[in-house]
Amino acid sequence: MTLLAFVILLTAVTVGYVINLRAARAIRDGGTRMHSLESFHGGYAALMTLVPTFFLIIIWMLFQGTVIELIVKSGISDQLEGLGTGETQLVMAEIRSIAGGRIFGTPEQWKLDAAERLVALRGLSGWLLVAVTAALATTMLYVSRRTVSSEFRARQGVERIVHVLMAGCATVAIFVTIGIVASLLFETFRFFQMVPFWDFLLGTNWEPQIPIREDQVAAEGAFGMLPVFLGTLVIAFVAMVIATPIGLLSAIYLHEFASNRIRGVVKPVLEVLAGVPTVVYGFFAILVIAPAIRSFGTDLGLPIASNTALAAGSVMGIMLIPFISSFADDALGAVPRSLRDGSLAVGATQAETMLKVLFPAAIPGIVGGILLAISRAIGETMIVVMAAGLIAKMTINPLDSVTTVTVQIVTLLIGDTAFDSPKTLAAFALGMVLFLMTLCINILALRIVRKYREIYD
Amino acid sequence: MTDQTNNTGFDWASPSFQSHMKKRRRSQIQLKLLGLGAIAIAFMMLMLLITSLVSTGYHAFTQTHLKVEVFLDPEHLDPAKPARGNYRQILTDTMKTQFPDVPDDRAELRKLTSILSNGAQFTIRDRVMENPDLIGETVQFNVPVADTYDQLNKGLIDPDTPEEYRRLKNDEIANFELLKDRGAITEPLNTALLTNADSRFPELAGLKGALVGSFYALLTCFLLSFPLGIGAAIYLEEFAPRNRVSDLIEININNLAAVPSVVFGLLALAVFLGWFGMPRSAPFVGGMTLALMTLPTIIIATRAALKAVPPSIREAALAVGASKQQVVFGHVLPLAMPGILTGTIIGLAQALGETAPLLLIGMNAFITSAPSTPFDSATALPTQIFIWADSPERGFVSRTSAAILVLLTFLIMMNAIAIFLRQKFERKW
Repeated sequence: MTLLAFVILLTAVTVGYVINLRAARAIRDGGTRMHSLESFHGGYAALMTLVPTFFLIIIWMLFQGTVIELIVKSGISDQLEGLGTGETQLVMAEIRSIAGGRIFGTPEQWKLDAAERLVALRGLSGWLLVAVTAALATTMLYVSRRTVSSEFRARQGVERIVHVLMAGCATVAIFVTIGIVASLLFETFRFFQMVPFWDFLLGTNWEPQIPIREDQVAAEGAFGMLPVFLGTLVIAFVAMVIATPIGLLSAIYLHEFASNRIRGVVKPVLEVLAGVPTVVYGFFAILVIAPAIRSFGTDLGLPIASNTALAAGSVMGIMLIPFISSFADDALGAVPRSLRDGSLAVGATQAETMLKVLFPAAIPGIVGGILLAISRAIGETMIVVMAAGLIAKMTINPLDSVTTVTVQIVTLLIGDTAFDSPKTLAAFALGMVLFLMTLCINILALRIVRKYREIYD
Repeated sequence: MTDQTNNTGFDWASPSFQSHMKKRRRSQIQLKLLGLGAIAIAFMMLMLLITSLVSTGYHAFTQTHLKVEVFLDPEHLDPAKPARGNYRQILTDTMKTQFPDVPDDRAELRKLTSILSNGAQFTIRDRVMENPDLIGETVQFNVPVADTYDQLNKGLIDPDTPEEYRRLKNDEIANFELLKDRGAITEPLNTALLTNADSRFPELAGLKGALVGSFYALLTCFLLSFPLGIGAAIYLEEFAPRNRVSDLIEININNLAAVPSVVFGLLALAVFLGWFGMPRSAPFVGGMTLALMTLPTIIIATRAALKAVPPSIREAALAVGASKQQVVFGHVLPLAMPGILTGTIIGLAQALGETAPLLLIGMNAFITSAPSTPFDSATALPTQIFIWADSPERGFVSRTSAAILVLLTFLIMMNAIAIFLRQKFERKW
């Protein structure tokens, strides 16, 4: 049905374009001077039809499922009375699968009726959509056909519509941000109705495996985010300890000492390192790095956990090397040449120029880059999901196994999720923490970088 | 005067100054070496990454097969209903004829049939269903062997380790060696890796479902983010008034580019699945999520490309009477297109490797068939890698590496196209 609606839309758009184009040509051939080119008259009709009808179809598709379910639910409100949200969801899922033709066992009659109603409503909605689409498209065709005249400013009309469309595209970015904040806020708010805010923020115990059913044996459930947060910091710290010196030193070398040939080799290598997907790094961590660290640890007699923070952290460090190096390279490149030349002219060596003149001058840009790298390390998901642990511990020992915010988000939400258990909602609360943390770091970093640029410009 | 400065001048040859100079030169060399060392470490890590992937992954590009004569016994097969035949029994009989010496004992027979992959019965069934006339005849089949025997054939199981630590016992190895001596064991290219969908058995698992899923997701991502991104970039670069609102949009886009990918997954889970009731695990929803993440990349790249078009082009077009939009769509945009396409391809390559948001919308489900539409449940390449990396069977280790090599090949191809476009079409003004 939706396909049919789109076909109608496409036909209407083409028809509108051709009709208006011909009408405009007829006027021109009659000897009247047109204000706008004929193609603009055609384009005006096409856009006038396309834009409202297209958005109608999209909005219809977005909301028809929800509306239909609401109607079906209100039809069986007697039977649903007294059920929790989880049970209601189960009943609705069963009705949906009956409607899809998959019947398990012998469902009650009211469920069968509801499923029948669901099927009927879906069919009705499809036909209604086609009818409404056709009606709207015809109306818009009529309206735009009426406009064709020698005086009509079709070009301005087209450009106005295009202008509004482009402005709409630009605001999508804002809507995405609003969507992120709204969804996180909404679910986090529901989470804090179940778990007290201070317990979450300052609790030192994280055991989200709460019972889903009444009779299930599981932990009581504790949602203190401190150990998770601490684990994130431990891994990010390990990553930065590896990435910062290597990234900075390689940037210094590339910027000051390397010949063009070496630059031509090393730059692509760093770009390849930056382009490797994180899931590949995660597999690399469990395949190579973690066993290597473990056997090294047993040789030294150190107790190293099987998914030590060291493995995840060091692989994350490798991932961040190109990031820091390219930022530092840019920052060094932005230092005015006169500073470097002046330093060399009074007899400083290249190393002294670099360490005492260029590097200090580039510090703000470098710090900005390092901050962005930290924000990346905190938000990085796949490496830690694959190589870090699941159990939250209050420890800062990198040899131990720790968990991170992102690991907890993914493990809490993988598989089937119910939207009313604190376990699921906790993931959104953690997501909120993550979003706010990275946002603050990013804003700080961008501000530092921008401020520093203004000094030399 | 000039004579005096020479006389009171610094003693450049004094031992203290010489040692001072030596120290300065040494620190110069030290810094250089440190830099070289840092680069060497990065280089080594890349080499280690690639060699470890290739050395474990190349095993998965071949698959051990067993050539057997199968008697399609009419006793177990009904020509009217070939789908319901007892193919397990047929296989057992086949293996019994291969090893006449093995006693007719259930455990022993099970050991023999376990040489074959679990999918062997389906291979035979499919052939019989295609051509029911074969029933009653002896047909030669080339079926994959089970994962442990595949490992044995590739030398990944060491027969010298003590028997109790080995996954194959002595008699099982002997049986297999016997087949090998008869020349029944072959090791052809593993086409199943690309033509099969996922399976619980490593020897049958392939990437088809993931490839199709990734394709649909990327297509959706492109169809959404490309027009939206270009529209937004043109507006911001060419038309937007410099005011609070456009500043806000700009800051917003920069921040979105740095939001962790898992947060986009949370957004998709709450909004697309939760509020709008879209299907779980669908590549279409995955593509929408990826589009939100790719949008900032495309906007930033497009703005840079538009900025690179010199103002003289705009002024010339305006001077001959074009409207502002005619200038942009008729002249600036076509000239900026190579840069825009390069940025878009790089953005899509990033989206192809993105995993975390897809996990949250359920694209890590176990699905044994390739999706036929973008709304069916499917996995994507990176999530398939994640699933296989998590699987306990040994055979999945090499398959994970092989899948990663496939993914990296696609990424390299996309980046090569982007570089080609940049070098071929980009103009320097």
